[in-house]
Amino acid sequence: MPYPATVTLPGTFVAERIRARVPDGVREVTDGWVVLEPARAYDAMAALRDDDELDGKYLVQLCSVDRITHIEVVYHFSSLAQNHIFEIKVPADHEAPEVPSITKLWIGATLQEREVYDLMGVRFTGHEGLSRLFLWDKFPGHPLRKDFMALPGGQKSGLSQFPKQVPGQTGGEFRPRMPGTGA
Amino acid sequence: MTIKSDLIEVNIGPQHPSTHGVFRMVALIDGERIVDVKMVVGYLHRSMEKLAEERTYTQNIPFTDRMDYLAAMTSNLGYCLSVEKLAGIDVPERAQVLRVIFAELQRIASHCMATGAFINDCGAWQTPVMYTFRDREKVLDLFEMTCGARITTNYMRIGGVAFDIPDEFLPALDKLVNDDLPYRFEEYDRLLVGNEIILMRARDVGVVTPEMAINASLSGPMLRSAGIAWDLRKADPYCGYDQYEFDIPVGYNGDAYDRMVLRIEEMKQSLRIIRQAMHALPSGPHKTEVPLAIRPPAGEAYSRIESPKGEIGFYVVSDGGAAPYRWHVRAPSLINLSVLKEMTVGQTIADAIVTLGSIDINVGEVDR
Repeated sequence: MPYPATVTLPGTFVAERIRARVPDGVREVTDGWVVLEPARAYDAMAALRDDDELDGKYLVQLCSVDRITHIEVVYHFSSLAQNHIFEIKVPADHEAPEVPSITKLWIGATLQEREVYDLMGVRFTGHEGLSRLFLWDKFPGHPLRKDFMALPGGQKSGLSQFPKQVPGQTGGEFRPRMPGTGA
Repeated sequence: MTIKSDLIEVNIGPQHPSTHGVFRMVALIDGERIVDVKMVVGYLHRSMEKLAEERTYTQNIPFTDRMDYLAAMTSNLGYCLSVEKLAGIDVPERAQVLRVIFAELQRIASHCMATGAFINDCGAWQTPVMYTFRDREKVLDLFEMTCGARITTNYMRIGGVAFDIPDEFLPALDKLVNDDLPYRFEEYDRLLVGNEIILMRARDVGVVTPEMAINASLSGPMLRSAGIAWDLRKADPYCGYDQYEFDIPVGYNGDAYDRMVLRIEEMKQSLRIIRQAMHALPSGPHKTEVPLAIRPPAGEAYSRIESPKGEIGFYVVSDGGAAPYRWHVRAPSLINLSVLKEMTVGQTIADAIVTLGSIDINVGEVDR
């Protein structure tokens, strides 16, 4: 049976469906994703899971991005029955990030929330047994934050000095010899 | 008369042959029964997501080898697809087909390892693993022939593959998929599927229900063993998988035995795909020329593929620079462990080992 390819739901549609159940749940809508109001995030997540059209019963992944001004927790949800995927973001304060935990809705979030807490320092309120996943308990700081071991004076690493592309240069001259051909 | 007994905490791992790497299970046991399980990971944490923020997109490819080191090709492929999606890079036809061939070969190699190790965990010490390793070696020989490496292949590139296949590759592949492996898989069928000892050992052990599987974001053989026909090669085709004819094997009971049979069936389906792909291999370039330092436009992309362990996804955020601003890996091995406690509590220790073996985790990918 040929399956149709996964559809990425537009943010406007997702926001509309969430607003129907949680009117004040959405903070911002873009084409690609929906930013939820952190205080109402748990209710909005429950809504998008139970909604017939969104059917976000499968939590694809959960991660976080340090945006310097704030930290955003990024969720991808999918429906296996309707084969679509959509993206949800929840912003959090940079200094003391706190986001409601969704482990009661999806047990698949348990380890991923612990990972985000470990590496980005986001506290998931309501998570039972929120502890570091990879690093040891006394590890200082949260490594995936941009200010972790930052260079003084706001310097960036050596990569920012990586030479700009020279027109005509393709990188082919750096390619190793073909194995097995002896060339 | 009742004998008063205390609960005992037992460490299974980190250095234990059944934990497939440095994975530690702290089991609270009452006699032989497990009352509570706590998993401790991180012994192999190499902070790849942080390191990647300091390296160019191309320099990050070798990291993906070292995540799932038993399925380096599919990890490579998943990462390259995400950067291609972000930067809008097209891949030539020939590279697409080569990617399919190598991804499926890798699936066979990884499932061989999984099956052998699983039966090892069941207690058939070292004999079945020799059979499956024999076949895995032949696949790795093909990798070595093409890219010089057997495990950490580093073969996929953004925009194609690193090298074209050598002249002797296709005859060797033809021999492998037509003369060698079909008979080996028949041998597996005769040896393992329906084997009474394995049936008694693995039936109804580590059961996953469909509801639990979806709620816990399980993927790959873990999800399909629960009876859900969800395979990203069909559901969200990449690299032209929609042009190949193959089936999605599904289990019925969601137990350890189903997962083993399912992996053997998946290897047969992979052979079908490889046979179609090698006949459809077009000529042409194997790689698009891309800049030395790729600078995708600012934005983000999530792309996912079906790795042997499950859905491996890469979430890449770009700020327009030469290095990713943020790089997150959705590791199927880690997420498949979400139900470890649900699966193992109430079992005996020996069954917990079988359950863990049937999940087929790879600690390199769990910890990253």
